[in-house]
Amino acid sequence: MSDLLFEAKGVEVTYGMSKGMFGHGRPGVRVLHGVDLSIKRGETVGIVGESGSGKTTLGRALLKLVPVSGGTIRFDGQDITGLSPDAMRPLRRRMQMIFQDPMASLNPRHTIRQILTEPLFLHGLATDRRDAERQVRAILDRVSLAPVTLDRAPHELSGGQRQRVGIARAVLMKPDFVLADEIVSGLDVSTQAQVLNILKALSKEMGLSMAFISHDLSVIRAVCDRVTVMRFGEVVEEGPCETVFDAPQSPYTRLLLDAIPLPEIDDGWLTRPAPSLETAA
Amino acid sequence: MTQPLVAIEGLSAISTRDGGAPVLRDVSLTLEKGEVRGLVGESGAGKSTIAKALLGILPSTVKVTGGFIRFEGRDLLTMPRRELSDIMGRDITLIPQDPQTALNPARRIEAQLTDGLRLKLGMSKKDAHQRALQLLDEVQIRNPDRVLAAYPHELSGGMRQRILIASAFALNPKLVVADEPTTALDVTVQKEILRLIRRMQEAHGTAVIFVTHDLGVVAKICDRVTLLYAGKVIEHGATVDMLTAPRHVYTRALIAAGPRYDRPNAGLEPVPEAVFRQLRAEVGLAERGI
Repeated sequence: MSDLLFEAKGVEVTYGMSKGMFGHGRPGVRVLHGVDLSIKRGETVGIVGESGSGKTTLGRALLKLVPVSGGTIRFDGQDITGLSPDAMRPLRRRMQMIFQDPMASLNPRHTIRQILTEPLFLHGLATDRRDAERQVRAILDRVSLAPVTLDRAPHELSGGQRQRVGIARAVLMKPDFVLADEIVSGLDVSTQAQVLNILKALSKEMGLSMAFISHDLSVIRAVCDRVTVMRFGEVVEEGPCETVFDAPQSPYTRLLLDAIPLPEIDDGWLTRPAPSLETAA
Repeated sequence: MTQPLVAIEGLSAISTRDGGAPVLRDVSLTLEKGEVRGLVGESGAGKSTIAKALLGILPSTVKVTGGFIRFEGRDLLTMPRRELSDIMGRDITLIPQDPQTALNPARRIEAQLTDGLRLKLGMSKKDAHQRALQLLDEVQIRNPDRVLAAYPHELSGGMRQRILIASAFALNPKLVVADEPTTALDVTVQKEILRLIRRMQEAHGTAVIFVTHDLGVVAKICDRVTLLYAGKVIEHGATVDMLTAPRHVYTRALIAAGPRYDRPNAGLEPVPEAVFRQLRAEVGLAERGI
């Protein structure tokens, strides 16, 4: 068994392409230009970039939520690039996703109990109601939510609580892999710290692999083992967090790091010229 | 002693939609001419409510129950509508949060940028055009002619935010209220915009109220800062003091909660429940539900 859970090579995604008759299709817009990404078992890989970098598209391509027009994606040794939706279905439980806006991803008319128990039955992970309830209560405790939460609707919860429900729902499926896309960008810092700590602890405990997409390099450093920096649909730098953050090789990574306002006084920061994007080497 | 530009005294307000829940609790703060003052806090802190009160655009669901907002000594809250509309848009202007929605999608940039110049200053169309070109040059837009003729959708978010900054400073206001002006922007664009706001503010001698949730942004642009929680002032002071020697436990906890890329083993400490308990007691809030 390889220690790689995900291995993406030369992934290309093109939006808006159509074949058309007689070869007169629209070429579309290529948003990923041959991206490589590997995620080991138990490893959290950060994907960072500014808007339009392709980070979200890359995450979706891994889960085959967008059509992949080139390259290969292997999951747990199996080439899933060309798998049909039907053939993907047995793998779906093993790849879960946590979304940016938990309000949009939780059914507003369902109670948290319904939201958490129904997928258990759908995937045959619970034998009966009592078993489902037991599993759900156990995970609720792990994400620091009180049992009364089960009878609430999503809109009755705070943003941080909803995001913890999102985490609970994902890990209840006992996945091998979780894709987390900007999951703390709408939260206050005090709530953000709690959500990230819970996610970190759970992923360690369960040996989860994660792709953690964020525009925030500080958040990435706090939760990820490795990081992939993207720009205009390409990887500009990749490596262990210590290397990329402490000795960035790409001028673009340096530019990104320089632009982060740290909460300390640095009078020259605003006026100092940004690092040049021209490569010296 | 010279009078401050803005003196908010004992400002209290409730939300009529939320069963009369207080949204501002006895807020007092002063703003000197030409300073950049941060209003910082998490959601529900009341920082945007203060900004809206300063601009005279409080939603109808918020009712002021006490206090004053004195602008150059005159209370904005009791000022006749006519006088208020003379001040708003001329002496007090706004840099909004979302550059995507703040501009009218159906009008060219020139029309939107020259409205104030023509209506408030009575400039001719030609003079206003010249002034608009100058303004775009000031905010470092390289091809001002093309931009003036463009519609908002033809421009990037950073470009639109530059135009909104140009527009905020167009009439040489005394106070610019910047309401989370960089929250929707990429971090490299944010830095350019912060630099620009600071430069314009210094060049025009304008005071700025800078609303943000980001202590990092505060550190880089604000001279002084006011931290709020649930509508109450928790701490104010010089930015350097608040960041290096915070007095309130909540201030300290907020600084420790933020992750930092340069310190992988620091940060990410959730604000302890005891701190929230203390805050709720200080503010006079009931215990939270679940």
